[in-house]
Amino acid sequence: MMKSSPLTHLEKLEKSGQASLFPNRIKITVGCASCGIAAGAQAVLEAFAKGIKKHTLDIQLQKTGCGGMCHQEPLVEVWIPGKVRLTYGRVDKEMVQTILTAIQKDAVPEGALLKTPLGAAAGICCEDVPDSSSHSFYSKQNRVALRNCGVIDPENIKEYIARDGYQGLALALTEKTPAKVIKEVEKSGLRGRGGGGFPTGLKWKTCRSARGKQKYIICNADEGDPGAYMDRSILEGDPHAVIEGMVIAGYAVGASQGVIYVRDEYPLAIERLKIALDQARKNIILGTKVLGTDFSFDIRISRGAGAFVCGEETALIKSVEGECGEPRQKPPYPAVEGLYGCPTVINNVETLANVSAVMAGGAARFSAVGTDTSKGTKVFSLVGKVNNVGLVEVPMGITLRDIIFDIGGGIPGGKAFKAVQTGGPSGGCIPAHLIDMPVGYDELAKTGSIMGSGGLIVMDEKTCMVDVALYFLRFLEDESCGKCTPCRVGLKRMREILEDICEGRGTAKDLSLLEKLANTIKDSALCGLGRTAPNPVLSTIKYFKNEYQAHIKDKKCPAGVCRELVQYAIDKKTCIGCGACVKACPVSAISGEKKKAHTINKKKCIKCGACSEICPVGAVLT
Amino acid sequence: MKLPRKNKVDTIIAQYKKDSGTLISLLQDIQSEFGYLPKDVLSYAGQSADIPLSKIFAVSSFYHSFSLEPRGKHTVSVCTGTACHVKNAGNLAESISRELGLDKDEGTSADGIFTLKKVRCLGCCSMAPVVKIDGDIHGGMTQVKAGKLLHHYRKDSK
Repeated sequence: MMKSSPLTHLEKLEKSGQASLFPNRIKITVGCASCGIAAGAQAVLEAFAKGIKKHTLDIQLQKTGCGGMCHQEPLVEVWIPGKVRLTYGRVDKEMVQTILTAIQKDAVPEGALLKTPLGAAAGICCEDVPDSSSHSFYSKQNRVALRNCGVIDPENIKEYIARDGYQGLALALTEKTPAKVIKEVEKSGLRGRGGGGFPTGLKWKTCRSARGKQKYIICNADEGDPGAYMDRSILEGDPHAVIEGMVIAGYAVGASQGVIYVRDEYPLAIERLKIALDQARKNIILGTKVLGTDFSFDIRISRGAGAFVCGEETALIKSVEGECGEPRQKPPYPAVEGLYGCPTVINNVETLANVSAVMAGGAARFSAVGTDTSKGTKVFSLVGKVNNVGLVEVPMGITLRDIIFDIGGGIPGGKAFKAVQTGGPSGGCIPAHLIDMPVGYDELAKTGSIMGSGGLIVMDEKTCMVDVALYFLRFLEDESCGKCTPCRVGLKRMREILEDICEGRGTAKDLSLLEKLANTIKDSALCGLGRTAPNPVLSTIKYFKNEYQAHIKDKKCPAGVCRELVQYAIDKKTCIGCGACVKACPVSAISGEKKKAHTINKKKCIKCGACSEICPVGAVLT
Repeated sequence: MKLPRKNKVDTIIAQYKKDSGTLISLLQDIQSEFGYLPKDVLSYAGQSADIPLSKIFAVSSFYHSFSLEPRGKHTVSVCTGTACHVKNAGNLAESISRELGLDKDEGTSADGIFTLKKVRCLGCCSMAPVVKIDGDIHGGMTQVKAGKLLHHYRKDSK
């Protein structure tokens, strides 16, 4: 516990954090976020621990969060004191041995993907390894919200403090009035990163001036958009950044209690948050008299129970209260009447991680990056049909082409890029011809999509846009809370029409009927879920009408996805007769001699796609 | 309700009252104890915590993570996030359903070993398509790989 003054206490923690971040011996870190663990990071960590123990090596072994290069998981970094941090990708047990053997011989382990110099005085080392700042995956990135992800041990508050953590909070509490804190956030131009893009400073100001003895700060960590995992990565890799943002928000609006509403599907994030909250309490960052001042603030975790609609503010509040997550009419906005009827600020995880950066570095530095109306950076999960799948943070205003082709390395298998889906089920599909558009809240809205929380799902020529629209409608129909009729019944009707189109029963009238229904739902649904639900359909009709027409008129699915409209066949010229498809077929519909072209019995075929998945030469055609 | 079961529920309710918890947290605790929300436990809990059973049913049927049916020994969750969808998660789910002999795309196998669920995005989009068995995530799935994986779990269950 604290024996010295609060700020010297932080200084002490910073020193000990520096020693842990940059020890005088070799340090090995393993990326242990959920996706890293799924790729085998835990086994890699254990193999290192075993090897280090066996050979009694003087190595500091640690866990970190996600470094962003998800396509290279499990990721390992070797920190050579005073020199460089070397990154190794797709590490397996064998590579663990190679790395340890090299270190034993005082050599640099071979096969590093990239290097990052440690400090300005870093010696020249590993000249053949590309520098991370010039590497195509990182060179156009600017990591603000992700500044500590993959660098620090998320379970060690000292390492967070050593990276200027809680400095912004200390500065706010000791040198700024709440009004000045709000002014600073307003000046930074920070807008909500959860999807809506509402100015954060304005939200705080409204809550500050609202009447109420008790006020609340809620962190919305109910990251429900499919294909988006930015918030999970921040919570797993740098939980203190979010906690700091919440305490600053609490001070600014005059709240003494905070709630983190987190998805039940994120058990590791919950575990790391619990550890972080505990550490923050022990170091008087939470509790009574935060950092020795008169300000008190504490945070509790509220686990969601699996409902997409709870990402909507008023539904989320209902869920925190333990009720069914049904949204209500706004106004009154939660900033005036929120949790238990009290003024409540609801900010998203990434927004809060940015708040601590704004406070520590100042509004001017933050707003120097970005466009006129979209300041700072945005984290995107770049997934789908793209080579370098990963978590990227880019300055606002960068083009989609930069993200998909320069950072993402383009489309696998030489296939053609068709579209990119942004904004989850509330967003839309942006076609290839708009790929040079800069990324920003208003720019994306102009295309009929939205920025959303940051999922970027890349689609290639083998993705059917009608099927994608149907996918989102099914999702939304299932997630509709059922309170208002346009959403409950309207989405069902739209889904039925789309199913007809995908299954070959589409008629010429369907498109205009779909558009009419979509516009009615847009105008009349109660909450954001319903009002944005038609977006995936409207944007695909707008940009990919020819695909809809092919389904309706020609009864064909050009991408070869919609089952009722395709036939599976084996290309005789390409087939090498390996027999893999024969084994994979669950209904024994494929036959052929070894090393000779095989054939599919169309009467037996159930179009499950198992053969197409397993074929090593891509000979299965649809 | 018999004693050991009743004691377990009493402990959960005592904790709920002490923490002044919400109905959702109460149901989460019951589900993690019993694997699902058994009817007798719910009606007993409703009486002791003074919550109408109708409200308990409303909340437990509103949220996806609650199950009113018993689950198999292993829960197989097929991720249906967008990244998984464009990488053919739909076909994968059907293939697992076929493998388990289910007549629907979700449910529990006749031998009680597996419960198949289609779930919302698990946030491991970089490894799409993804299947989660109990707490373990398996990425880069194909229908053939999934079949082998199930076989492995089935062997361990016997």
